[in-house]
Amino acid sequence: MTSLSRLKRRAVLATLACASLGLAVSCAPSSPDVATPSSGTSPAASGSASGGSAGGGSATLSGAGASFPAPLYQRWFADYNKENSGVQISYQSVGSGAGVEQFLAGTVDFGASDAPLKSEDKEKFKAKYGAEPIQVPMTGGTIVFAYNLDGVDGLKLSRDAYCGIVTGQITKWNDPAIASANSGATLPDSEIQFVHRSDGSGTTFGFTNHLKAACPDWKAGASKSVEWPVGTGAKGNEGVTAQIQQTPGAIGYTEFSYAKENGLKMAAIENKAGKIIEPSPEAGAVAFKGETIPADFALLVPDPAAAEAYPISTLTWVLLYPEYKDAAKKEALINVIKWSLDSGKTAATDLGYIPLETELAGKVETELGKIK
Amino acid sequence: MTSEPISHSESLVESSQRFRAPRLINQIFRWLTLALAVGIGLVLVWITYSLLSIALPAIAQFNLGFLFTQVWNPVQELYGALPQIYGTIVSSIIALIFAVPLGVGVAIFLSEDFLPRRVLTPIAFLVELLAAIPSVVYGMWGIFVFIPAILPILQGVHKAFGWIPFFSTAPSTRQMFATGLVLAIMILPTIIAISRDSLISVPPQLRQGAYGLGATRWETITQVLLPASLSGIIGSVMLALGRALGETMAAAMLIGNANRVNVSLFAPASTISALIANQFGEASGLQKSALFYQALILMVLTLVVNMLAEVIVNRFQQVE
Repeated sequence: MTSLSRLKRRAVLATLACASLGLAVSCAPSSPDVATPSSGTSPAASGSASGGSAGGGSATLSGAGASFPAPLYQRWFADYNKENSGVQISYQSVGSGAGVEQFLAGTVDFGASDAPLKSEDKEKFKAKYGAEPIQVPMTGGTIVFAYNLDGVDGLKLSRDAYCGIVTGQITKWNDPAIASANSGATLPDSEIQFVHRSDGSGTTFGFTNHLKAACPDWKAGASKSVEWPVGTGAKGNEGVTAQIQQTPGAIGYTEFSYAKENGLKMAAIENKAGKIIEPSPEAGAVAFKGETIPADFALLVPDPAAAEAYPISTLTWVLLYPEYKDAAKKEALINVIKWSLDSGKTAATDLGYIPLETELAGKVETELGKIK
Repeated sequence: MTSEPISHSESLVESSQRFRAPRLINQIFRWLTLALAVGIGLVLVWITYSLLSIALPAIAQFNLGFLFTQVWNPVQELYGALPQIYGTIVSSIIALIFAVPLGVGVAIFLSEDFLPRRVLTPIAFLVELLAAIPSVVYGMWGIFVFIPAILPILQGVHKAFGWIPFFSTAPSTRQMFATGLVLAIMILPTIIAISRDSLISVPPQLRQGAYGLGATRWETITQVLLPASLSGIIGSVMLALGRALGETMAAAMLIGNANRVNVSLFAPASTISALIANQFGEASGLQKSALFYQALILMVLTLVVNMLAEVIVNRFQQVE
């Protein structure tokens, strides 16, 4: 009995050893293949290796916050790293709320938020650090109505139409309020399936901020998450996008860049001046033209008055400390932001964001000068 | 069963000497395991305490009314958990309605000799593999494959039985009923594996006795095997219910996250864990505390289920 089981155990051990050997053997030839792409794709890794030789300033910065500008920030920071290999910036898109929290706690070098700092957060910051936080806009975004309706291209939505959809007063696609603006199109007699974000997000903040200003019957207020009168919730811009793609008769709001990338149809909507405007970063940028910028840069334009402005545009901010002990860090941070607002403009347009106007960018640069 | 008597007094002395060192190890081992066991208990207490302490502002503000209010309004800072509690319980019940008969049926089939063992064993193995699929994969599969596939059937049900409140709305692409079905698939392996084990472990004498008394196979299964293994089957169902109640990812992806109570099962709904997963990232202040209050409710809910399982299992074991 015992000898038999011992034999068995030995056999098992042997096969185990074989398996692990086999793994090791099969692994060995492939390891160089694995190593090549990894060093190629991560500029951070190669940057650290050549950091010393670059000669310029070297610093490692970390930031966290808003997810809406995350694709752009990551692109900017990677591009900047290619030119200045000594400076590495890591950005975690953990959400604006968490970004502000980490910024207040002092665990990051900069925070990022889709909504300006609340006064209570500013108080908290002042109490802890003894000075006002520095808040500057980095880029803007356009929020669009994306929809899925077979055979209907170039849907136009009047104010009454889209307000009715989000408040639940309009439930059918062939409602007169929608049909009156789309004379050529055949609208189906089907239910409107409204899709909104289920997670807290800056996109929702920008969207509801507009609804609050534009729709008299909108009662839910403006926030990163609100109590929706109708619709289903999906997580993230990608979740909303997937749900719209899948559901005939669906309409929802997403960032312009997501809708564009995924080939969703976007509705043109009526602005305050009564013109129906196609969504685009250019039309979105018009919204911020000529607006007076408050001292803390908390510029919100919930319902722009300009005749050519696309009505739903929003800015996104980075949060900086008034004082950095590490001079190299401070230098690098200011340079990155300046570079992003200037040389980073093309990347912003590429990705569907609204680059800041030269005048506003100039003001941001002056503000950066206040950092000690 | 009786322990072997020790025949020689010498061997007793010998063995006691031989085991002196191990006895010390025994002691250390005993204290170590004791510490670990107590540690697990402490972790539970710690988690409960930290949940409670963060949830406290919400508990103070909303009291037990939280459980019966249908509102989730971060703008006005008004929160209630009724839609989530309702959604959590109803989606789990739907899952059980489908998974229990199916699971117990499969368990009976796998424990009987309807087919040769070499066919049954791979089937049992595949069933257990179902349990190894991560829930986010179930969610993706639900979104892109399962829901589009069953939607026409549900539309048929809605057309034919729309007068029943449960089927009164046109089936949405994210909804309670389909989520319940996906949950059913997710909890099947738990029910099948444990029920099969308890069916197999029924003493063969019982089966032989039943056959000896002239019972058919059908009678043997329904009147002897199932009652004898009932405690195990109920235990499996309760474990499965626990998983269904707490399932996060698949529910968050499929249920539609609408914070409303809707009698129609074809309408989007919400569950406690889905709401937490969705809103935790951007929540702060009272909203965060309300989310922790919800987490506390979920914890109590699963605790009650587990305790209920314990009571039921004990009762049926006494009957045996």
